[in-house]
Amino acid sequence: MKSIILTAGARLLVALLLVFSVFMLLRGHNVPGGGFIGGLIGAVGFVVYAIACGTSEAREALRLAPEKIAMAGLGIALFSGFMAFVMADDPFTGQWLFIGATETDKGLPLSSVLVFDIGVYLVVMGAILTLVFALEEEV
Amino acid sequence: MAAAQDNSLPTSPGQALAGWVSVLISVAFFVGFWQALGPVGNGEVLRWSWEWVPSLGISLSFLIDGLSLSFALLISGIGALVMLYSTKYLAGHKHFARFFLYLTLFMMAMLGLVLSDNLLSLFVFWELTSITSYLLIGFSHTSADSRRSALQALLVTGGGGLALLAGIILIGWVAGTYELSEIRAQGDLIREHGLYLTIFVLFLLGAFTKSAQIPFHFWLPNAMAAPTPVSAYLHSATMVKAGIYLLARMHPTLAETDVWLWTLTIAGSATAVFASFMAVKQTDLKQILAYTTLMALGTLTLFLAADTGYAITAAMTFLIVHSLYKAALFMIAGAVDHSTGTREIDRLGGLARAMPITTAAAALAALSMAGFPPFLGFIGKELKYYGALAVQSEPLLVAGAVLLANALMLVAAGLVAFRPFWRGTHSTPMTPHEAPWQLLAGPVILAVLGALFGINSDLIANTLIKPGVAAISSGELEPVELKLWAGINLPLILSGITITLGIVLLIVHRRMRAFLLAMEARLPSFDRGWDKFLDGMKATAAWQTRILQSGVMRYYLYVIFATLLVAVGGTLIWTGAFTGIPDIQGVQVKHWVVVFLILAGTALTTITNSRIAGIAGLGAVGIGVALIFIIYSAPDVAITQLLVETLIVVLFAVAALRLPMLKPEDGFPNRKLDALFATAIGAVVAAIMITVTTGPINRRLTEYFEQSSWIDAYGRNIVNVILVDFRALDTFGEIAVVAVAGIAAWAILKGPKEDAK
Repeated sequence: MKSIILTAGARLLVALLLVFSVFMLLRGHNVPGGGFIGGLIGAVGFVVYAIACGTSEAREALRLAPEKIAMAGLGIALFSGFMAFVMADDPFTGQWLFIGATETDKGLPLSSVLVFDIGVYLVVMGAILTLVFALEEEV
Repeated sequence: MAAAQDNSLPTSPGQALAGWVSVLISVAFFVGFWQALGPVGNGEVLRWSWEWVPSLGISLSFLIDGLSLSFALLISGIGALVMLYSTKYLAGHKHFARFFLYLTLFMMAMLGLVLSDNLLSLFVFWELTSITSYLLIGFSHTSADSRRSALQALLVTGGGGLALLAGIILIGWVAGTYELSEIRAQGDLIREHGLYLTIFVLFLLGAFTKSAQIPFHFWLPNAMAAPTPVSAYLHSATMVKAGIYLLARMHPTLAETDVWLWTLTIAGSATAVFASFMAVKQTDLKQILAYTTLMALGTLTLFLAADTGYAITAAMTFLIVHSLYKAALFMIAGAVDHSTGTREIDRLGGLARAMPITTAAAALAALSMAGFPPFLGFIGKELKYYGALAVQSEPLLVAGAVLLANALMLVAAGLVAFRPFWRGTHSTPMTPHEAPWQLLAGPVILAVLGALFGINSDLIANTLIKPGVAAISSGELEPVELKLWAGINLPLILSGITITLGIVLLIVHRRMRAFLLAMEARLPSFDRGWDKFLDGMKATAAWQTRILQSGVMRYYLYVIFATLLVAVGGTLIWTGAFTGIPDIQGVQVKHWVVVFLILAGTALTTITNSRIAGIAGLGAVGIGVALIFIIYSAPDVAITQLLVETLIVVLFAVAALRLPMLKPEDGFPNRKLDALFATAIGAVVAAIMITVTTGPINRRLTEYFEQSSWIDAYGRNIVNVILVDFRALDTFGEIAVVAVAGIAAWAILKGPKEDAK
């Protein structure tokens, strides 16, 4: 039961949700958001797409198998924890780099914490999509 | 025996190396302990200590005093001889190297056990001996009998080990230390403590299971399923003595009470008498020896009950005597088996001509066992009578038990070492021939030592016996001189009676055996009782699994929530923590809207017969909860809640497409009960929330995070900063769980189709 309106709408919605999810991920350190919420929103985007266009198309759009995304996320999160070793800190100590910082402005903050959050994002999205796709394909 | 016949394969150089390295290790240990003889003989106590787990008060501390040195010398010395013996006995066995690995591990564990000065490390070694002996008893793992015996030994001794651990923890709690040398100084404190009886019972369970005292004796004869060198080592000289060692080691701490005296006296004499009757009933050489080992363990327990110099000296001497002759006789039994192919005494006879050296060694060991002068066994027996007559509880009873056991011991010695070699002719599967030197070295050396120590008892009296008695009694008791000839006195007369009675019984042995067999048929068997016990345990497990693991989702939920209701609700009422519903002020219209939304969603879910409507109702409840989060300004949680609710509705909807409609007729009778149950759960949860929120809230952590979030972690969203920075390791664990859960669901859904359908 494919609906043209739903399909067309879904394409637009997925794009918006994905951009929104990245937005939520990046702003998370200072205002509501973060990797967990971002990952959930990203997953919702693909779930909507799968309902509208079918799981096979959703899988194609995702390009990578969702379980691989989850595993990659786990690896990235672990890697971010080990980044502290470079500075001889304990694992999972946040490492910060302020690009173009001046006396009054912090510049562009980059951190191992952000890398960790990206890992969380990928794990949440990957794990949920693994489950949802498998469920939709089986039932 | 199976091992001896597997001689088809030649031993590879690597295997031979494994065997000889093991022999060398034990010789090195023996030589090392030999060095300690001088200092210990002068009354010194040697100690080493390293920190292990300082936070738990566990240290790797070792001590060498007379008691542990005697044990260590026996363990490493007999170990070396047994390993030498095994290089020939198991030559060509498929798992030759594995056998030596197990045996060496066992020896190390046993040495660690007797040298430990810390109760907790002693316990670790104690368990290691259980595990390694399991591997050794079950060495012929293709035989079901072996496996059963190994498991039985492991369960019995392992169960006792658990009791021992509890006892150790209690004693550590009472004494405030796990160091044995400190605990022995606090014997009076422990004996007068209210927990003394508990500690005593727990330690006794550990010692009695390990040393096979009645009613835990049944595993030891079964353990003869092990290859003969293992029996010679574990079940005569070492492992079963671990329980005796524990009793001796704890003697200064736990003894000198009536309950210690009587329990050990009764259990020890019962085991000794029972085992000696069982021994003369057997026809298999190894079985006879196994039961005589039981008898020896019973006797040792009996003497450790008392608190007199005679009894303790008797125990120390008999410990050494027994280890020497029993290891020798076991090895001789193996040699006879090796060269004739059988261990049945009815088929053996007249081997003296074919196996002269074995015969001589057997005769020496058996004379020591039977207690003839001038062997060490005679001194041991004399001391036993002195000790028995000096026992405070019931000297006549104890002396009677010892006399009977000793007479039967003489019969057993005759059966093992006289009949197969001298009387009659043999009808054995193989033509007997003299055993190779590796099989002879052990028995000959040990048997000669038994005679040598008897003739010149000073060799061990001052170096081992005296320091040993001092260690067992905290130096309070005077050891007794070891003498071959102490004049005509009561013990000597008793010795004479023993020998006469033993010889008479040996002559009427066949009739006695028939009588004992008839008796045994009427008595309950512990071994069968053990099977029944295991069956009962399995049946209980099956029964409770049937009850708890019904496989019906509904029942699982009932069990989980009923537990919650009883455990949490009951606690709330019992402790009186719940003080009633406080006045609620400042309820606004928006709050009422949320309450209405949640109630309406709940009502829809419980009443409807359509699954989709039910799921939508649940979604409404979820959104109501999200609104609560928004009202109390927790936007992060609210967003997460909304997204999760959305996903759950989608997932449910996908699954619900394939499920049938709910039927009102089979749904409703249950629903009333469910409604009642659910309301009760809801009330309990609400009561918890009210109780928690009416109490004062500790804001220490909140303040800390509020202050340091921006300064330390450059973030203003505290929730997220905690997640990704302060508690990043926890978060990592959580996302690992999320990933695994996703993959597990995927595996279940995509798994083998046969299972799913």
